[in-house]
Amino acid sequence: MPSMDVNGNAVEVDEEGYLADINDWNKEIGSALAVTEEIELTDAHWEVIDFLREYYDEYQIAPAVRVLTKAIGKKLGKDKGNSKYLYELFPYGPAKQACKVGGLPKPTGCI
Amino acid sequence: MLHIVNKSPFEKDSFTSCMHHAAADSTVILIEDGVYAALKGSAVEGDLSKAKVVALSSDVAARGIEGNIADGVDLVDYAGFVDLVTDGNGVQSWV
Amino acid sequence: MAGEIKQFLYVNRKAPYGTVYALESLEVVLIGAAFDQDVRLLFMDDGVFQIKKDQNTEASGLKNFSPTYNALGDYDVNKIYVSKESLDERGLTQDDLMPLVYEDEDDDWAEKSSIKIVSADEIRDLMEGSDVVLSF
Repeated sequence: MPSMDVNGNAVEVDEEGYLADINDWNKEIGSALAVTEEIELTDAHWEVIDFLREYYDEYQIAPAVRVLTKAIGKKLGKDKGNSKYLYELFPYGPAKQACKVGGLPKPTGCI
Repeated sequence: MLHIVNKSPFEKDSFTSCMHHAAADSTVILIEDGVYAALKGSAVEGDLSKAKVVALSSDVAARGIEGNIADGVDLVDYAGFVDLVTDGNGVQSWV
Repeated sequence: MAGEIKQFLYVNRKAPYGTVYALESLEVVLIGAAFDQDVRLLFMDDGVFQIKKDQNTEASGLKNFSPTYNALGDYDVNKIYVSKESLDERGLTQDDLMPLVYEDEDDDWAEKSSIKIVSADEIRDLMEGSDVVLSF
């Protein structure tokens, strides 16, 4: 299995670069994963990532982007619960990229 | 003798057949989907009295039926399961 | 122009952990929910055990996927039918099931139960009234 170097430690990832073991995750690893996605993390990014990790914790599933958008709108406000806002943060797909940075598997329903 | 049942009694007849043939002084352990035979108020509850029935606690917990177990059915953990198997009176699996 | 909306019925008849059917069905439902179709889930026979509450797999080493059923409402899957006969045969009632809910967009997002307990006659009508029946 491929691995990624985070401050001298090898962290296992799958062939698409998603973290192999969700329990390995911490914010340092999240930052390293963000680099592979060419994303510069801000508080706005972390807000979405934290939300996704909480969602996963509760439902054992990474939500599809449609579900994510709706749920973010409910939790963080209408100005954030829309595709434009989320795609500005994660240009190559909010569900896909935010899940990767958050150490979660690729979202179910992501084709 | 120890009998092991690992299939749901509502899908296969392993449990019913086991209870029909087991000696009254034998022990029947329910594991995996076999634990569903221990449900209180189910259609097969009447068979539970035909022998001593126990169920594997981790499989009971996984299926969320700890609060639905019929009176008289005891839960055992893996160590208890091993003790039953090694009691030396023989084992039969109703696969 | 989107295609004609079809009625999909997912029939779930297997217990959750003994075979992989239950998990497979759930994944297909979630993936399928991305398409604009009318989706209904039916739990009957040992399938009713899939939505039994209090599942705790810690000691068994199995993966507990039962929390994911609570996400179905978010995916607009909110027509969930459960066989009364199957519950009765297993000594179960609706109180033994997870309280699956959804928020009704047309009613100020009021939280409502997705679960409907149905008789054998109603199940027959469900099957007859569906364009596509998928069995797991």
